[in-house]
Amino acid sequence: MARATDIKYLTTTRVEKRQKKYCRFKKLGIKYIDYKDAEFLKKFLNEQGKMLPRRITGTSLKFQRKLGHAVKKARQMAILPYVTDLLK
Amino acid sequence: MATTNIQNYEMMLIFTPVLADDEFKTAQAKFTSFIKENGGEIVHQNAWGLKSLAYPIQKKTTGLYFVVEFTAPTDLNAKIEIQLNRDETVMRHMITHLDKFAVAYNNRKRNAPAKAEAKEETVS
Repeated sequence: MARATDIKYLTTTRVEKRQKKYCRFKKLGIKYIDYKDAEFLKKFLNEQGKMLPRRITGTSLKFQRKLGHAVKKARQMAILPYVTDLLK
Repeated sequence: MATTNIQNYEMMLIFTPVLADDEFKTAQAKFTSFIKENGGEIVHQNAWGLKSLAYPIQKKTTGLYFVVEFTAPTDLNAKIEIQLNRDETVMRHMITHLDKFAVAYNNRKRNAPAKAEAKEETVS
């Protein structure tokens, strides 16, 4: 009679250990986010030029807020577009 | 001591692309001298020159960028704002207050441009 402990899978179930997200500003010690540097800010935008959420980038709240300010400044000065398609 | 409160600022201007080279220079000099006359001090100035805009401003797709970093008393902003609004060659302007980290960042970028860029690349 088969008990629950006897069940064996033919292929071992693959459990991927996902690497924990981290705040790159904290890790690299970046204190100031420059609004003039469009290429850097583009890492935190999606294709439409919207900001990526914290749950995807892993940025801490403090720097997400600063990032938002930098992106808004860059948009005002036409360094980044307000709305677009195929930004990258 | 409110009158002697000196702060760090950064001003970015976008001039119309129709300006000739010497006109662009005189326009820059006009605002930098205005800052100096009103008790400010220029730390660094950087003319980016002609750059394409991310979206059209006043039906123009390019603009002449000019960035100047300065220290000034807090009452300068209102004065220079009037001058900027009055000047028709300025399409956009923005004055940003710089905190201590921003000043350090700008200094580092200015003194070692190659190193600063190398650092940004490691971020990606």
